[in-house]
Amino acid sequence: MTGILGNFGRYFLLMRRVFSRAEKKKIYRPLITDEMIKIGVQSVGIVALLSFFMGAVVTLQTAANIESGWIPKWTVGYTTRQTMIYEFSSTIVALVLAGKVGSNIASEIGTMRISEQIDALDIMGVNSASYLILPKLIASTVMFPFLVLMAMSVGICSGALVGTMTKAVSLNDFIYGIQYDFDSYGIIYSLIKTIFFAFILSTIPAYHGYYASGGALEVGKSSTKGVVYSMVAVMVANYLLTQILLL
Amino acid sequence: MIQVQNISKAFKDVQVLTDINIDFFPGKVNFIIGRSGQGKSVLLKCMVGLLEPNAGSVLYDGVDFLNMNEDQHKAIRQEVGMLFQGAALFDSMTLEENVMFPLTMYSNLSFEEKLVRVNECLERVNLVGKNKLYPAELSGGMKKRTGIARAIIMNPKFLFVDEPNSGLDPETSIVIDNLIRSITYDLGSTTIVVSHDMNSVMEIGDNINFISGGKLEWKGDKHELLKSNNTALNNFVFASEFMQEIKENLKR
Repeated sequence: MTGILGNFGRYFLLMRRVFSRAEKKKIYRPLITDEMIKIGVQSVGIVALLSFFMGAVVTLQTAANIESGWIPKWTVGYTTRQTMIYEFSSTIVALVLAGKVGSNIASEIGTMRISEQIDALDIMGVNSASYLILPKLIASTVMFPFLVLMAMSVGICSGALVGTMTKAVSLNDFIYGIQYDFDSYGIIYSLIKTIFFAFILSTIPAYHGYYASGGALEVGKSSTKGVVYSMVAVMVANYLLTQILLL
Repeated sequence: MIQVQNISKAFKDVQVLTDINIDFFPGKVNFIIGRSGQGKSVLLKCMVGLLEPNAGSVLYDGVDFLNMNEDQHKAIRQEVGMLFQGAALFDSMTLEENVMFPLTMYSNLSFEEKLVRVNECLERVNLVGKNKLYPAELSGGMKKRTGIARAIIMNPKFLFVDEPNSGLDPETSIVIDNLIRSITYDLGSTTIVVSHDMNSVMEIGDNINFISGGKLEWKGDKHELLKSNNTALNNFVFASEFMQEIKENLKR
């Protein structure tokens, strides 16, 4: 119990350091740009690929499960849209990014810790927590919403493509379904969740990397911890945000 | 000048440093020597603020480092240079960017002006033309020399050096030692070197402080060191047959 509370305490103290005594803005600009490329642009491929197949699978499964003639075929498009917008695009993409981005952040900062690069920053009077973590946090917060919007679009388009190619649903029915009872709040809800997930996915792995100690083995362990704890935090936050925003 | 006064440090129940008092003088190469695990690096980390001692104070030109406010800390940090054991170069930056880093953080110089200063430092450490190499492309000695260039780019008043010759061949070690000495004399900086390399100590050491069991066991210069009767010091300094031969020759 003390360990958990101790970790919470250290995490919040680290976050306080991240937001206090930041360096000059011109220092952060190139760092943020680099991180936006590493965290955002370089994740486009994997997010697009997963969204494509997830949209296709949701469409086919929904079509396969509609046996009753009373349920209209446009339900396939409707279900695909709801799944992609409300849950897949934000939560599942966040879990995927926890693996890709989270492990990268934890191992990068962990390696800097054990090779004394963070000590070097501290000795130069640089706020190492802010210098290393803030650009990743800003880049994640800016880029994740774009990835989520892309995931929504790709998933729905792939659903339409695969649904019509397999003749599971006609294009007209699918389009009618994705327009039916559309509420733009779903997208806002998803984007709000994404902002929280971006914070979690950049700061929890960073925390585990920042306090890594020992050698390469410990960097590996801190990377694993960073991924696992950020995934758990995403799921808990997902539950809380859903209750707050939808009910 | 740096004065360490009554510094003690413990990790949980393990007492690592006990009541250390040492004065480190400007324009001199001040050594902290001792066997591995005796608290040398812990003392160095307490002095630069990477560790907080349990008791005592560290005075930089008479001002207590541990009780400075944030602005004073930041100001004194700009007067401190440090060479780490593994050089601690930033992997994602080129050699030029690594050396330029302190200037980027603290000066308002244009890029061209910073580059001139970087090239001056690289010339000093004999790394001219290597600007665009990354740390992964450098040898151990080149990394150390890059670390020295980064440490001196702000003309530091206080230069800390942790195990400068670990992992280096004797020839490269002499190059590094000579660089440390010439920089100290040229800049008039208070240089503190943590090492257990007796070749370095005898080559460039002006003041030597021997730590054993977390306590300051002996201090003096290299001539006094060779004549000392301190058993712990003699056991450390004359551990090798080569050094014992030197001692025998001195006696004769």
